[in-house]
Amino acid sequence: MSEIKTTTVEVRLPSRMGFEKVAMSTASAVAKLMGFPEDRVEDLKTAVAEACINAIEHGNRLNEKLSVGVVLSAGVDSLEVKVIDDGKGMSKKQAKPDIDRKMHGEEDPRGMGMFLIQALVDEAEWVAGSEGRASYVRLVIRLDKDA
Amino acid sequence: MQSETKSRVDQLTSPAGHAVTVLRFEGDIASTSKEAVLGAYQALPKGTIKQVLLDFTKVDYINSSGIALVIQLLMEAANAGQKVYAFGLSAHFTKVFTMVGITKYAGLFPGQTEALAAL
Repeated sequence: MSEIKTTTVEVRLPSRMGFEKVAMSTASAVAKLMGFPEDRVEDLKTAVAEACINAIEHGNRLNEKLSVGVVLSAGVDSLEVKVIDDGKGMSKKQAKPDIDRKMHGEEDPRGMGMFLIQALVDEAEWVAGSEGRASYVRLVIRLDKDA
Repeated sequence: MQSETKSRVDQLTSPAGHAVTVLRFEGDIASTSKEAVLGAYQALPKGTIKQVLLDFTKVDYINSSGIALVIQLLMEAANAGQKVYAFGLSAHFTKVFTMVGITKYAGLFPGQTEALAAL
């Protein structure tokens, strides 16, 4: 039986806006080491940034005593990223943003993070933690997507 | 941690002879960029401007909060009867702007020359 090796990199971020860029840089470096093309690296960076922003702002409610965990697991042909916070998790999926409704003031101009995440990676799932803690979003991008 | 957003305004004339106001951004466009994006737009003289160009050439990072600010700018411009165009976005952010539908309300061009030529 062949052994599937996974390499794990972990980062902990303070719950302060702007620190999502540390996770972006780390995810970018790992994806480049794995051989992802530049356009997929850019997709991943935006998805990771939006996941971290959600964790900082909504999960940990900007409480700097709480940190956001980012765990990157590099497999043979895919990269999984878990972004973990101390919130209750996302209660419902966001609808696809409707630019016409936004332009007419019928929809908040914000609220595009989950949509971007889902659109830019191959898999995205939101998992609520037990007892309202350690909720996470799990993202996966695959090396062979356009092969 | 986020790099400060800077903005400045240039007045140009298109090859067709139209006056064009260019808002040039530099740095990150995120939730902290409200003054640099919306404030800079709102400080433009009212009533005389018909066409606004947004220059993203020196912008490396735009998140969903930054996109929301661009949408708010587009809303205000639409209400003022102005047309908005943008240039200088990376291939990735051109894709993201297209995905969220911004291209329905703001034409995107690779560079300033192409944008001005189309106005």
